[in-house]
Order: sequence, then structure tokens, then C-alpha cells
Amino acid sequence: MESTNAKYVSQKISKTRWRPVSSSALQQPHIFATGSWDNEDNKISIWSIGDHGLPGMEDELEGDPQLLCEYRHDGDVLDLQFLDQDRIVTASSTGAVTIFHHHQNSQTISVARQWARAHRNPCDNAPCTGVVCNSPEIVTVGEDGRIILFRADQEGAVRIIENADSNSIHAVTFLRTTEILTVNSIGQLKLWDFRQQSSSPSQILSLTGDRVPLHCVARHPNQQHIVATGGQDGMLCVWDVRQGNTPFSLIEAHSAEMWEVHFHPTNPDHLFTCSEDGSLLHWETASHSDMPSFLQGGRNNSMISRSAMAPAGGNQSLISAWLAGDSGKGRLETTHMLPSQTLSVNSLDVLGQCLVCGTDEEAIFVNRQVPV
Amino acid sequence: LDELDRQTLCLCLTHTHTPFLTCFNSYLPVCVSGATGSGSSLIHVVRKDEDIYSPILRKLFNESHHIFVGLQTIREDLPSKNKKPQFVSISKSYRSVIRACMEELQQVAVSTQDAELATQYGNQVSILLAIELIWNLCEVLFIDAVPAGSLLLHLLDWVRLHKADVDEKAREVLQSESPVEHHGYWDVVVSYVLQGRLEEARQMLAKQAAQQYADKNMYKLMDNLLSKMPVYNPGSIHTLTEFDVKWRHWHEEVDRCLQDKSFASNVHLELICKILVGDEDTLLEHKELLSTWYHFLVTRLLFAHPTIKPTELHYYAQSCMAMFLDSRSAPETLDSILLAAFDFDIHQVIKDCSIALNNWWFVAHLTDLLDHCKLLQSHNLHFGSNLREFLLLEYASGLFNHHSLWQLAVDYFDHCPEFGRVYLELHIERVPLDTERKALKVLRICEQRQMPEQVRSICKIMAKRALRNNRLGSALSWSIRAKDAAFATLISERFLQDYCTRGTFSDLDLIDNLGPAMLLSDRLTFLVKYHEFHKLYGEKCFTEAAKLLLSLITAKIAPRSFWMTLLTDALPLLEQKEVSQTHPHLSLGLYDLTVICVFWSFQEEDIELTKVELLRLALARNLAKAIVKEGTVDA
Repeated sequence: MESTNAKYVSQKISKTRWRPVSSSALQQPHIFATGSWDNEDNKISIWSIGDHGLPGMEDELEGDPQLLCEYRHDGDVLDLQFLDQDRIVTASSTGAVTIFHHHQNSQTISVARQWARAHRNPCDNAPCTGVVCNSPEIVTVGEDGRIILFRADQEGAVRIIENADSNSIHAVTFLRTTEILTVNSIGQLKLWDFRQQSSSPSQILSLTGDRVPLHCVARHPNQQHIVATGGQDGMLCVWDVRQGNTPFSLIEAHSAEMWEVHFHPTNPDHLFTCSEDGSLLHWETASHSDMPSFLQGGRNNSMISRSAMAPAGGNQSLISAWLAGDSGKGRLETTHMLPSQTLSVNSLDVLGQCLVCGTDEEAIFVNRQVPV
Repeated sequence: LDELDRQTLCLCLTHTHTPFLTCFNSYLPVCVSGATGSGSSLIHVVRKDEDIYSPILRKLFNESHHIFVGLQTIREDLPSKNKKPQFVSISKSYRSVIRACMEELQQVAVSTQDAELATQYGNQVSILLAIELIWNLCEVLFIDAVPAGSLLLHLLDWVRLHKADVDEKAREVLQSESPVEHHGYWDVVVSYVLQGRLEEARQMLAKQAAQQYADKNMYKLMDNLLSKMPVYNPGSIHTLTEFDVKWRHWHEEVDRCLQDKSFASNVHLELICKILVGDEDTLLEHKELLSTWYHFLVTRLLFAHPTIKPTELHYYAQSCMAMFLDSRSAPETLDSILLAAFDFDIHQVIKDCSIALNNWWFVAHLTDLLDHCKLLQSHNLHFGSNLREFLLLEYASGLFNHHSLWQLAVDYFDHCPEFGRVYLELHIERVPLDTERKALKVLRICEQRQMPEQVRSICKIMAKRALRNNRLGSALSWSIRAKDAAFATLISERFLQDYCTRGTFSDLDLIDNLGPAMLLSDRLTFLVKYHEFHKLYGEKCFTEAAKLLLSLITAKIAPRSFWMTLLTDALPLLEQKEVSQTHPHLSLGLYDLTVICVFWSFQEEDIELTKVELLRLALARNLAKAIVKEGTVDA
């Protein structure tokens, strides 16, 4: 784990995201966007860590992010996603949802579209807390408990689910093209189907008796029924949304709020989490052996887990290592990715072999040699 | 702004949401930025501390915070000889952070178009230069605390680091067509000698020597002298006394050359020889090359007293400063600070720096480091804490006023054992909370430090905001987190009112899943149980529903305003066969309550009499059936 030096950027980073690389070009990503929070003037910024392919590059520039361009953002950037190669959608603490266009030739940013009070409360602003894209569709959620579906090319909202949640919704992700998952501040994971007209979720999952707020949710890239969530107590939960009302495994990951959880997009045996306690963890499951993992005995003392049930008639080769219940030692390896303790790591993103994260100490860390 | 008195100013600014003057301290001077003429009716934005708003200086605050936290975690029980290298390396980290900032500011100052901004940046650069100069000297004298012999070497490094223009000039000379004929050539050679960089001086002279056939021998002699000058090597087996002896021999040799007038024909070489022998007047003739009195001091020591002891420094420092600055009337602030450092008067250094600089950053961090090195005598200041803590508290309070850097200040307060906690408690409640995410971060800080009062008050703020926006579910969650029974009662009342007006419950996903949290307040428990009753009724589990209703009534947690509703709900139940036949005591219980209600209703005026009548009828019928059932003996 080399070259994870901090780059101090004079703004607290709330979100970092890699620009997607086209799947045909087998490149490593080299451009990422960040959003700031808690500033008088918040900004979204686009950075480059230089192209690996360029010859004759000076050693000192390599790995050190260079600012390409930035743009003023009204309110904290509470979520940020790339809609496509050139456009970024942000969720603001003013309740606005904005699409920014990054002009690569001139290295400037402009506002392509904005829905100014998408999320709102009668008296105050309702921050928009999460945004997820599946171009051209954009789904946003906020503290007002609304779920809104937008299309990038349409002026108004396509669909608004009012009062979807009695509490604040903290994050959203796509489960399938027409289904989304939201997590809220009373520890519930809700499944919504846009094909249905009703304004109630098709399924609610929660840890019974526990109302710990959930902050992030991520779906396994290949197996759409496996979902990971992280919450206020730093517990990493892995759920199977097809069955049961409770998570499959619970892992004591962090000592404070877990802000983001990500499966590696191409290598989903690897999971990354970051937390308020200032650590960024890389979780790696051992690849499944011939014997299905849930039939192996033993207990890993760093995990609290529930026993798994064999899915009836399921195809055993597709059973994910993440659904291991009681499992043997060394099944789950954890590595700290940051060199020393810092303030909260608010956000991370991983693509290929590159990892970027932003902290409340106003620093960005980039690691280009993540062992996946 | 002069017209407003301070009280009014406070009031004006507390109504904005910008936290510029959250702690108005009437002892510290307030600096006004952007003030227009008097008579305008605008509210001026008053900033107490310009520096923390500069984006480049922010990096200084963040990076030094990281180093500070690392320093606090060095274990106390290590023996001091292991800790000293760590402290020195921490001191060097701080200095490299200052340098990095300085370089960035310098770049921006050069490249900016705005003249005013350029001057501002230029000022900041010179302040940082001075800070680094002072810190470096403190590191050499106090933290590293090197003995005689090495002391001079460190001081030489210190001077060389802060006189970088020699290299620039040298580069310029070397890159010219003919270096030896460049007008700056001899200046460069002399500067090298003054800084003790004799190797480089020899290389430069070699160029001259190559062209001067006539004075070949002189140059050879000079080269010889320069190469033979003894330099103290701390790691060698020779002691300081041996070095002293060697050095005196060399010094005598140089003196002899001077007396013999070996260099008389070449004015430059003669000059160099005089410098080597340590002649003060010669040195003073080259004030422009030395440019500062401390350079003069170090050079003089190098060529006259290389084995100087730390305790002897201040004599020479005093005299050098006096000799160098005789044209000026009084020494500048920087000069007196450096003099105090040479005097080993740490407290004077800190005091002068505190007065001279407009930001507590430097003195706070330096004092903290010196305190860890156990160099500060802990005399308590008359307001209860020691010097280190006072400075850290001042610095952190300044940080807390910043909309973003307040998070750094928390760690500083944590490491102030006497008053840190109190300061934190007072400050943390005043952080503006725009989003839930920020509130959660602040709550985490409070909960980690066991500050239940602050947790309660923050949760209450969030609950009230949610309530104002009619987000009842959110408000309820916040009051449960605050364990605020009174507020939970209030919100439950609102829920019940909503039910009465609309006929349906809202926010069921919350109410159904409260779990043990519902016991926080009676009203809340009633709300949850009442909804449960409705659910049971809807599922046609009449017996269960009836039991629940009875318990609700008898447990007396129902609000009075709801009794009528409850009894009305009881009506259809009473008609249900299974209830009256299998649960006669339910009927009896209801009868009891109805009696109470009916008495009560005679006092209230807005009770629907028809309802009461219906109820009494149903109850009487039911009672009849129940009595019959009770009385029937099973055969």
C-alpha cells in the first residue's frame, strides 16, 4: 500500500467519485470529482491524477491530484454521481438537484439543469441526501421523506412519491432498473417498485428491535439480491432481499458511523467502507471453496454473524461468499487503507485499481495500487 | 460602526446565521473589514481573524492539526533520550508545513493580477518566513539542545536555510558567458565564505585561479587555507578540546598569512583572509552581503569562537546586534524575539510572539511542543490554567468561530485537561446545524465525550425543526434519541390530533416499529397501543382487541380528550357476541368507566348526548347478557 499521501485542499470533502471509464478502454480511471460541505462557498471540483500512458511525466506529479476546474455549489454537496462521462448530478443541502456539465475541451463546468426546490419542507430547507443515476433516469431522496424520479432531459419530475418515509431517507441505490432501495434514519431498508402506482414500499426490511439509523447502502454488482448497509453504530450488514426480514450477517466494522460502503464493481469479493472514526477498511472474502461456505463451521471473533440457511434449490456456484454465516477464521480479511488516524472519512470510491477518498481534515487520498 | 455600541452589535449579529461573532470577547481587538463611511445603514461583516479564512493558510491549520494530534499520543513513559528525536522530527514536520504553505503563497502572489491581493499574499509570506525563522532557532536551541561544537553547525544550517539568495546569485554568475568577469562573482565567493561554505568557495576560486597565471601561488595558498579549516564532526572520536586546539593552529596560520601580507597584492583574497581570521570590522563592511545581524553573529562565531557554548551565546548576540544595528534607533520585533531566544528566555519569546502575531497558531503549537519537551516551568497563570493550555484554548476558540474548522478545534480542547471540556461544552452547542448529517457529527462528538446535556439540547433543536415542518415521524425519532419525554408527549398528541381530524394514522412505519422506545412517554405508549388496537380490530381479532382496549382504559394512560373516542370504539365491540359472552368482565369494566364518563359528561357541555345515550343502551344490554351468563350455572 504505497503512495497514499494526503493532498490538502482547503475544503471539507463530502463526496468523491471516479469518472466512469468506458468499458472498452481498459484504462485505470484518472479523473475524479469531489464535492465540499460546511463551507461558506461550497464547490464541486474535478481533479486529475495524470494519465498512466503519458511518457515523460515528472515523478512528483504522479499520484498528486491536480485541480482541473471547479464550480460554486449552493449548499453542502450531500451526494454526487456521474450521470455519464460529462455530466454530474449533485444533491444539495438546500434541497436542490443539479446537473453539471463538464466541458472537457475548455476544462470548465456549467449548470445544465437544476431542480431548485426538489426537496422542500414547509418552513425550512429539506436537504436532498441521496442521488442515484441510471442514465437518463435520476432518483433522489431527501430529509423530507420524498422520493423523486427525474429524467435528465425533462423539465419537471417524472414521479414523486410523497411521504415515502416518515423519517429522513439517507441513501438510495438501484436494485433493478425499475426497483430502488432506500435506507432511513430508523434503520429500515425499503424496496420500492416504480412499476407499481402505490406510494408504499413493496418490502420493508429491518433489524428487529433495533432502530439504529442506516447511512449507506450498496448492491452487489453481479448478484442483485445481495445488499450491504452501514449505519450509525458502524455495523456492516449484508442482506439477502429475497428472503427474510433480517440481515444475513452483521459485522462490527467501525466504532462510529459508517458513511459509505462500496462493493468493488468488477471484483465483488472486495468491499470498502469508510467511517466517522477516521478509518477506511478494505474487506476481502476468500474465494469460495468447493464446499459451500455456509456449511463450514467455526467462528471468526471479529464477526458477529447469524447462521445462514441454504437457499432452496439454489445454484450453489452462485452463492456469494458474503452470505457466509458462521464462518471459519480468516474468511474475511480486513486492511486499513489510510496511513494514520484522521478525522472522519466521509466518502470513498473505487474503480479498477484506484481508490480515492475525502476526509473532514480537508484532505484527499488517492491510492492507485489497490490489491484487488 | 463606531456609532453602535457593543451590545447592539451583539444583538444584530446573533440574528444572522453566520457564526462570525459567536464569542464576542471584549478583550480582543475587533478588526473590521470592508467598512464604508459612517451613516450607512448596512450591517457590516466583522471578522475577528482574517487568516483563518485564507484558503492556502487553511492547509496549514489542517496539517498542523494532524501533527498536533500525533504529538499528543506519544507515550509519556518512554525515556527522554528516545523521545528527543521524535520531538525534533515533529518540529521539522511543523516547519515543513509552514514552508509548503509559504511556497504556495509565494506562487500565488507572483501569479495574481490583483495588486492588493498580491501585497496581502506578500505580507503573509513574510510573516510565515519570520515564523519559520523563529521556530527553526527554537528547535536548534531548545528542542534539539545541542552542545557546544554541534551548536555552531546547527546555527550555520539555520542561517544558510534563510539566506537562499546566494544560490540564485551563484547560478546567475555561473550561467553567464564568463563567470570570473561577472560583476557578482566576488560577491558570491565572499558570501560563500561568510556562510562557511568553503568547498563551494574553493570551486569558484578555482575558476579564477585557472585564468590568473600571475597570482597562481596566491590562489594556491588560499585554496590550501580554505581546505584545511577544521570542521567539528560530532561523531568523531576527537573531543571538543582537541578540535579547539586544531582550530587554533589553523587560525594562527591564517593570521600569519595576513601579517606576512601574502595576499596584499590581491584585494579580494586579502579580504577573504581577513574574514577567515574573524576580523569584525571587515565583516561589518559587508553588511549588505550579510543582510542581518544574526548572520553576522553566526559568521563571527564561525571564524572567532567555533566552540561556543549555548550559555555564552547571549553575550555575543547582544554585542553583534548592537554593532550591526548602530544606524537604527531601536531593534524590530523580530530582532528582539531572536535575541530573547539566544538568551534562552522561552517565556519572553512566547510573549513577544503572542503580541506581534495576529493569530494564536504559532505560539499555541510551539508552546505545546516545548511543553512536551518539559522545557516550560509550569507556573500557573492567575486564571487557573498554565501557559500551554491558555494558548491552546485561545487558538481553538478562534477556530471554533470558523464555519468549517470547528471540527479541528474539538481535538485541541480534548487535550486541555483543565478547561478544555467546559470550553467544548459551551462552543459545541453553538455550531449551526443545517443538515441532519452535520447534527449527527456533532452528536457523535458529544456522545463520545459523555455530554448528555448537549446531546439533549441538539436533539431537541432538531426535533423542534422537524415539528415545525410537520415531519412528525422525524420529530418523534429525535425526541426518542434525546430521551425527552415531554417532547415525545407533545408529538404523540399531535399524532392523535391528526388521527381525530383525518380518521387514519400516518407514519405507520415508524409507529409500528418503535419497540421498547415507546415506553418513553405515556402518551407515546398509548399512541402505539391504540394503533395496535385498530390493527387487531381490522384483523377481526375482537377478543384481543377488546382486551387491549380494556387495558388501555384501566391503565389510565389515555388522555381525557380521548376517552369519548375510546368508548365509542368500545361500542361495536360490545355488540360483538363473543365479547359479551366470553368476557363479561370487559363489559363490567366498561360499565365502570362509562359511569365515570357519564358523570363527567354532565359537567362538560360539548359531549354529544346521542353518543352517550347509545353507549348507555349498549352497555346496559351487554351488562344484562353478562349477568345472565355469570349467573348461569353450568350443568
